Amino acid sequence: MAAAARAAECGVRVGIVDDNFRLGGQIWRGESGDQQNTDASKWAERVRASGATVLCGLRVVHQPEAGVLLAENSDGFCELKYKKLVLATGARERFLPFPGWTLPNVMGAGGLQAMVKGGLPIRGKRVIVAGTGPLLLAVAAYLRKHGAEIPVICEQASWGSLGRFGMALFSWPEKIVQGLQLKRDLAGVPLAANSWPLVAHGQQALERVTISRAGRLEDIPCDYLAFGFHLVPNVELPLLLGCAVANGCVQVDDFQRTTASSVYCAGEPTSVGGVELALIEGQIAGLAAAGRTTEAEAWFAKRQKARRFAQLLDRTFRLRSELRSLPSSETTVCRCEDVHYSRLQQHTSWRSAKLHTRCGMGPCQGRVCGPATQFLFKWNPDSVRPPVFPARVETLAAITGQLELQHSEVTGGH
Amino acid sequence: MLSQVAVTVNGAPVVVPSGATVAVAIVIAGQACRMSVSGEPRGPLCGMGICFECRVAVDGNPHVRSCQMLCEQGMEISTEK
Repeated sequence: MAAAARAAECGVRVGIVDDNFRLGGQIWRGESGDQQNTDASKWAERVRASGATVLCGLRVVHQPEAGVLLAENSDGFCELKYKKLVLATGARERFLPFPGWTLPNVMGAGGLQAMVKGGLPIRGKRVIVAGTGPLLLAVAAYLRKHGAEIPVICEQASWGSLGRFGMALFSWPEKIVQGLQLKRDLAGVPLAANSWPLVAHGQQALERVTISRAGRLEDIPCDYLAFGFHLVPNVELPLLLGCAVANGCVQVDDFQRTTASSVYCAGEPTSVGGVELALIEGQIAGLAAAGRTTEAEAWFAKRQKARRFAQLLDRTFRLRSELRSLPSSETTVCRCEDVHYSRLQQHTSWRSAKLHTRCGMGPCQGRVCGPATQFLFKWNPDSVRPPVFPARVETLAAITGQLELQHSEVTGGH
Repeated sequence: MLSQVAVTVNGAPVVVPSGATVAVAIVIAGQACRMSVSGEPRGPLCGMGICFECRVAVDGNPHVRSCQMLCEQGMEISTEK
């Protein structure tokens, strides 16, 4: 949104393509009417005023040729032509498998929040929040505000890490203000460090969760488990477009330019640093894409500071090795293809596991089990192939048509 | 605009707040979205269109990510068996 508004304000023609049905990404979720979130309303208004065209419910599945994207919505597909492209694909939660994590009502922390924002009644429900990262506290506060009872928040990081994190926050006064607000919102909710979910129990849906709470086992009945182990950048589309990715993050220069020609990237895909960093990077990318490099440079110092916060998050919420022993041999790791942990243990690479077990070959294309196996087995993901999201046959036919065309051109040249 | 929307999940009527996603209607109905390849019930996980666990048929269209679609009056939702 920041990139689009900034670029459109410079007078260039801008279109925003968003997979969601409302603008605002996974956190804001189109809550422009929400008076509480002034940033969300401010940017929604700025996008409106900028004259950028908004195309929601549209997801890019392929780039058939440079400067052209193939996208699909619920009715069909279309081609989108661009001179400059800013990728802001965001991040997703990292899910680590443990026994029972496939039961209905075990959801992502952000996932449950999204469901509640999508109308799920949560008043009076008991929700255990578990995993790692600042999102857990934000989600717990949100759910509580909407009437949920939170018996415990399990954070795998140690009190030492959390203490150092708290001290380091003094460099970011606005984060301290947010932190104090969260503390007020969560008054009376126990935060347990060195803690994580061990087993989710239930027949047809979740009934209770066994947690490891600072070394002690505890059984807690609940309606929902909201869990997530920090965030993973969404780099599938950038990879498809040929952007260099290192350590899971899209590589960009000072002007947010990727290694792919005319392609910029902003926000979580370049490093998980939260909304402040994303807004700064978005503005730099939008200005740079519109040719206003001097104006973009004015944001460099602020970005530098926000990036240090991303590094702090990485350090604080680094996953402890004990979490590698959470799955039992029968625990499903790949939820699309129901591949158990014991079957994956027989393999030494992601590719080998894919070829022999179909791990990562279902509809999510490894978006859930990929980051999990990267942590569990230290496997590195393979290249990305089109379509980058499951697509309808008619859309695939359009891709195939392109490929056939290219093929006949090549053979025609011989 | 209606403040509530009536849909059906596997034929049973469900009333949801206006603006609710299809995934929410299914959870309110107490149904699983789909059965996994080995027959386990599954519900929404990521809530943001990534995991495909919440896919269902909506008005006869199969494999719709229910978390990415809003309920409309009279919508017929069928979970995947």
